[in-house]
This record gives sequence, structure tokens and C-alpha cells, in this order.
Amino acid sequence: MQPILEMRGITKTFPGVKALTDVNLSVMPGEIHAVVGENGAGKSTLMKVLSGVYPHGSYDGQIFFDGTERKFGSIADSENTGVIIIHQELALVPLLSIAENIFLGHETARHGVIDWFEAFRRTKELLGKVGLQEHPNTLITNIGTGKQQLVEIAKALNKSVKLLILDEPTSSLNETDSNALLALLQEFRAQGISSILITHKLNEVMKVADRITVIRDGKTVDTLDTKTAKVSEDRIIKAMVGRELTDRYPPRHAHVLEPIFEVKNWNVFHPLHADRQMIKDVNFHVCKGEVVGIAGLMGAGRTELAMSIFGRAYGQKISGEVLLHGKPTDVSTIPKAMDAGLAYATEDRKTYGLVLIDHIKHNVTLANLEGVAAKGVVDDLEELSVANKYRKDLAIRCSSVFQTTVNLSGGNQQKVVLAKWLFSGPEVLILDEPTRGIDVGAKYEIYGIINELAEAGKAVIVISSEMPELLGISDRIYVMNDGRLVAEMPAKEASQEKIMRAIMKSWED
Amino acid sequence: MNDVTTQAAEAPSLSRFLKAHVRDYALLISLLAIMIFFQITTDGTLFKPVNMTNLILQNSYIVIMALGMLLIIVAGHIDLSVGSVAGFIGAVAAVMMVNWKVDPFIAGIACLALGAVIGGAQGYFVAYYKIPAFIVTLAGMLVFKGLALTVLGGASVGPFPKVFQLLSSGYVPDIFNFTLNGAPFNLLALVIGIVVTGLIIYFNVRTRQNQQKHGLAEEPNVIFFGRNILIAVALIGFSWLMASYKGLPNVLIVMFALIALFVFLTTRTTFGRRVYAMGGNEKAAKLSGINTERLTFLIFVIMGALAALAGLIFAARLNVATPKAGLGFELDVIAACFIGGAATTGGVGKVVGAVIGAFIMGVMNNGMSIMGIGIDWQQVIKGAVLMLAVFLDVYYKNKG
Repeated sequence: MQPILEMRGITKTFPGVKALTDVNLSVMPGEIHAVVGENGAGKSTLMKVLSGVYPHGSYDGQIFFDGTERKFGSIADSENTGVIIIHQELALVPLLSIAENIFLGHETARHGVIDWFEAFRRTKELLGKVGLQEHPNTLITNIGTGKQQLVEIAKALNKSVKLLILDEPTSSLNETDSNALLALLQEFRAQGISSILITHKLNEVMKVADRITVIRDGKTVDTLDTKTAKVSEDRIIKAMVGRELTDRYPPRHAHVLEPIFEVKNWNVFHPLHADRQMIKDVNFHVCKGEVVGIAGLMGAGRTELAMSIFGRAYGQKISGEVLLHGKPTDVSTIPKAMDAGLAYATEDRKTYGLVLIDHIKHNVTLANLEGVAAKGVVDDLEELSVANKYRKDLAIRCSSVFQTTVNLSGGNQQKVVLAKWLFSGPEVLILDEPTRGIDVGAKYEIYGIINELAEAGKAVIVISSEMPELLGISDRIYVMNDGRLVAEMPAKEASQEKIMRAIMKSWED
Repeated sequence: MNDVTTQAAEAPSLSRFLKAHVRDYALLISLLAIMIFFQITTDGTLFKPVNMTNLILQNSYIVIMALGMLLIIVAGHIDLSVGSVAGFIGAVAAVMMVNWKVDPFIAGIACLALGAVIGGAQGYFVAYYKIPAFIVTLAGMLVFKGLALTVLGGASVGPFPKVFQLLSSGYVPDIFNFTLNGAPFNLLALVIGIVVTGLIIYFNVRTRQNQQKHGLAEEPNVIFFGRNILIAVALIGFSWLMASYKGLPNVLIVMFALIALFVFLTTRTTFGRRVYAMGGNEKAAKLSGINTERLTFLIFVIMGALAALAGLIFAARLNVATPKAGLGFELDVIAACFIGGAATTGGVGKVVGAVIGAFIMGVMNNGMSIMGIGIDWQQVIKGAVLMLAVFLDVYYKNKG
């Protein structure tokens, strides 16, 4: 049998980074094909190449679909041939109805006048196919995420889909909805529609996938056939993480003292959907001089946990207790949390970390203006010497501290964010993805800074999606999944396989 | 040590500096060009002492409101209600002083406080309920326009007590009794002008010495000296003009004091810094421990008080409170800020820019009126100038 899709030798480079190297992927007609890999392995990039987000010519390699070579120049091109991608972030307009969303851009119109009866009739038909019992007039905002996912699929069916790509479709669904979705994919398989399923949840992969392609560091490392061979989760995990650890981390001489920061019975609900619990009964502690890593997949709730602790910057109906030096401490607003000695360096430095239109000097002192001011009047020279000190200490590469932060490289922007928080004089630092989007050299420098902080007696919490990084710099690792801390292990005893297994196991519980 | 030498080495390059600061100087040069243009087209009327004095009096309330508006725009908001609030406060002042015979001083303070409360009420909804300022102040604009009518009962109320009129029509009294070529010449005005010039130059030189000591002096020498000479000539020339008419208007003193205060607030204080940070990136400011809600609220309180002050000055100048007072002021005030280089997206803008912007509008109003251009075409030209100023700003930002 001819494969319906064959991607051959796909190589995609971004300035300075090779995201995909000679990747091959083939999908048979009527097959559910799972693509798995760590965060940042290149799965999404591959799907963007396939769906025309990165047009033909911006990558090397060939794509064959339905027996002919395709050169998709846009998403519209790929959709017209029957390749439809459903992104993790749903592309629905919340305040339009189901019917309006399904036909958005392909309205059942004649001379620009919409035939609503026809639209309703066909919407009913499509909703029937995906097993969704809602009135076509219902607004998207009034149905849950699981049903929204089904609307997306109905929308795809309307475009006569031959290959459906689902990117983390169940990441925000509960178990029942997830199972319904997977059952739907199996039904499509029976009808001859192929699917590519991108997911972190290996139990789902085991359940429905016919074949599995493992991607690691932008390369295809393995293709497993679940029909011909017995494939175990361990086998997949090994393929996913099996890279060698080299000397990418500065040596760490831990000197861990007494616990100074404790969080007890922490519960947080989604800021908009009051019934969705994001953080469930979390307990953890950090010691003076210790670097604690929090591992987990995207959407595990790590950022939500950190931000809810830091002055309730996230969520609602927050309950639980925060102890500093063993004493219950009020951290209910950001200024209070900062006064108590907390600092939170965000994962999204452009949106939450820096005032990009302002220069380094002003950004460094932003969180502690009092530190360079007397009676509300800023001492310019004092501020300058503070900024220059951090420029030197953290090796921020810039023409001067008057350089606008928008023009700095990612690594140097991150150092400015760190400088801002160091100047606020914290005891406990929460660093959220401190090395995201930073080149290897700058990463090493950031690790060095983290080490120095711990040696200076600070408690450092590092949230990272890169497991090797956590293993390399932490003293102790918590594993988080689905809003819970599901495992805790000393870094010495931890391994990527162990962390992955803890996550996978928690899905099954 | 190393840092200092590298910075000093790359500091003064005239062309590069000019390129980087073209926006700041372009504004001042535009104002000068416009003044010279009208000086010629009005056959020298523009720079006559009496006209210069009038120019100040006519524009003082716009300038004063532009100070507050700049803070609001830098913070990323807008206030459409300032004209109506100014009109309403003028009406309240008239009723208090004329109808109820309240002491003008007490009534003035009460009016400023009322303005602050009004600003606070609007700021409360913007800051704590996140209702867009455009909507809140649009509502405020309608409400206070209506309330002004109600308070005045649809009629004009006046005249004001003599003491109150002095706010707008009074001058700093002369103590020298000096005459020049047979005409009275207010020597005090000139002396004040020279003293202020001296102080400004003293501070500029001191700041520059401090900068040089730390290898921070960005501005090339030529520009620094040129700028200071220009300031001196302009200020002393201006006070000479004032002196040959009636001296320094009281309003001028109030206005200059406020300008100085707001320059200080925006450039030197933690408050000012936080406003810019909030306008530049509210989320980052909030996560850095800045109480953005309270800050927003405070800015609107300040705006309200300034609008009230402007309303008092305007009422005192007309010597009567009319239901139509303050009509359309908000447009001139907002235009002044944008001509002065403030960005609609927030985080960018300078007090001095807004003041120059206000004077560009003021000189054009004044010059075109003297030339006898009808109010219809005046509006067209003013609109075109606003559009041009903002267009050039955006154009050069995209290019450079």
C-alpha cells in the first residue's frame, strides 16, 4: 500500500539554529500515527512545515501527499489538498456560534449573502459525525474545552479532510473527553481518514497509535510499529530522551542548610473558569543554599504554581500556607511577597519581565526603586553605579547601560531580568524557564549565576522544561503534572527516564 | 575604570548625537519656525509685548492641563473629560463666589479639591475596574458638561470678586518704578528673568560636570553651549518683552512653577519612573511590585486637580462662568501631547514636549487670528498640523 503522506529528508533552519535535520515521516492511509518527543524536539516545527505555515522553499526536503509531490505555499494550500491541522491553542472565535465558527471563511453564501438554513443543516450533520449534541447557535464561549475541540474537528471535516493533525489535543481535556476524542479518531481510521497525533501522553499513544515516530533534537530517531512488535512505554521514553549528558553544567558544590521556604496545601483555581482547579494540594520546601528544580511537561501547572505564590499574580480562590523561616507569611500581594523576600523571574521576559522600550539602567532598578532613591527622588548616579555593577557581575553584553533592552539578545535580556530581581535583595528566587530561547554559551553563564546565588545562601527554585538542565543544576527535583507534585527525588538519583515515568504514571492514576 | 574610558571614547560624535535626538530638537525648531513665520505674516505683531502677554494668558490653561494629560497618555490612558471638568469647576466657582459670597481663597481651594475628587472618581473605574479610560472619561465629559449647565441654571454667572480676577489678569507688581524711553518698564520682570536664566544655566552646567566626571556626557560641547545660549537669549528676550508691557502675569508664574514641578516629577522621582514603566509594559511593572492600580488612580486625581485649576484660570480670565466654558479644550490638550511626541501606546512622552506642543497650537491660534483667517480654516490647518506631526513621528520611527 502507498503511504498517503511521505515527508523525506526535511531540514529546516532558523537563523543560528537547525530545528530539523533530515527528518522522515510516512503515514499510511487509515492510520493513526503518533509523533512523540520532548519539548522543543521539533514536532511542532515539522507540523508547520507540513501544513504550509513554513512555505515551500523555506525548508529542504520533499513532501508527497496522495502520490504527488506537494509544494504548499500557505495553510490554504495544504487545507485544499485535505491536510488539516488543529493547533493546541484552538482557533475559534469565542463570541461567535458553533455554526458561524465552522463556516468561518467558507460561508455558505451566495453573492455574499449567507444562507443560514443551509449552514444550520450542515452544521447539524457535522456535529452528528463528531458526536456533539449542541445547538448550532450555541456560542463557543458557552461550551467546554472538550466540546470546542470537537467543533474544531467538525470544522476540519467540513473541509473534506484526508489527514488530520492534532497537536496535543487532550492536554486540556479531562479523562472522559479525552477518551471520547480518541474514540473519534479510531472511528475516522475505520472510515479511511488518517491522523497524526502529537502528544506527551504515552498511555494514549499506546492505546490508539498504529505507528509511532520518535523525534529528538530535530531528528527522527525511531519509528515503531505497534502491530508487528510489542512496544513498551519504557522503550519510547528511552528513544525520546536518549541523549548523552556532556559537561554542559558548571560544577556544583552544594551546601544545603535548613529549610527557609515552605508551601503547604496550596490550591489554586483558574482565573476565568472558577471550577477548574489548576493547582491541587501542593506541598514543597526549599532550603537555604539549595537549588530545587521543578520538572514537568508544558501545561503541568508549574508557572501557575509559581505565580500564584508570588503575590497571587495568577488564579483565584487560592488557599494554602506559605512559611518563611518557619513562620506563616503573608504573600497575598506582589509588594508583600517581595517584602517577604520572594522574587519571581518570569518565563516570558518580553511580556512580563522587561519594559522593552526602556534602557537597561531603568529596568535593573524597576523592582527596587527605593534602593536608589531618597524620599521619592531617584539618585541618578547611584542608579547608574548599580546598573554598571550588575552589568559587570552578570557580564551583560551591551554598548552601555543606556542601551534599550529590546535590542539585546535573549541571553542578555534574561540577565537584565535576573539583575532586576537580584537588586531587590530576595532570599528565595523562583526562576521560570531561565534559559528558554538562549544559546548554549549564555545558558552556561546563567547556570553559573544560579550556582553563585545558592552559594551565597539564597534558596533557588528553577522551573524548566529541559530535563537535562534540571538534572545538571539542581540539588533536588520535584516532578509536577496536571497541577500536582507527583514525585520528589534528589538530583543524584534522578534521571530523565525516572521523571518521564513519574509523569506517565500520574496520568494513569 | 574600564567602563568609564570606553564610554567616554564613544561619547561625543556630533552627527550621531543629532541623529539620535533629532526628535527633541525638531520640535523646538518647529516652534521657532512657526513663530518666525507668523512674525513675518503678521507684520511683527506676534512678538509685540502686548501680544506675547496675551499669548501666555490664552494658553496657560491648555499648558497646565497638558501637564496632567501627558502623565495620563504616558500611562497608556486618555482623558476626554478635562474640558467639561474645567467648565464645570468654573461654574461651581462662580456659584460659590458670586451667589454664595464664599471667600475666593476658600472657594478656590474647595474647587481644586472637587477637581481632584472628580479625577479620582473617574480614575477609580479606570484603575480598579479596568474600564477603558476612553469610555469612563467620555461619560465624564457628558456628565460634567450637563452638570455645568445645571449649576449655572443655563445662564452666565459673574462678575467674580476682584481678588479672584487677579489670578488671570494680575501681574507681579513692580518694585523699582523704572521707566525706559519715557514708558514704564517693569524692571522686576527682567530681573526675575535674568535670575531664572542664571539658575537654569547653573544647574545645566552642574549636571554636565557631574556627567563628565562619570564619563556620561552624551551631548557634544557645541550643542550644549548652543542650547544654553539659546535658552538664555529666549528667556531674557521674553522677560524683556514682558517687562515692556505690564510685567509677569501671575498665571505665568503658576504655569512655570507647575512645568518645573512636572519636569521634576517625571524625570527625577520614583513616581515618574513608575508611570513610564507602567505605560511601557504594565504587566512587567505589576510583576515588579508596582501598585499599578493605585498609580493609575493617582494620575487621574492629579489630572482632575489640574483641570480644576485650568477651569479657575479660564473663568477668572473671562470674569464670568458660562455654560459653554471649556468646550473642546480636551482636543487642544490631547493634541498638544501628541504633537509633543507622546505615543498613543504609552510609555513615551516628555513634559517639555507637551508644553512646546501646546505653544505650537497656541501660536498658530494666535497668529492665524491676527492674520484674519476664519475659525473654519483655523480648524482645518490645526488638524492638518496634528496629523503631520504624528505622521512624521511614525514615519521616522519606522525608517530609523
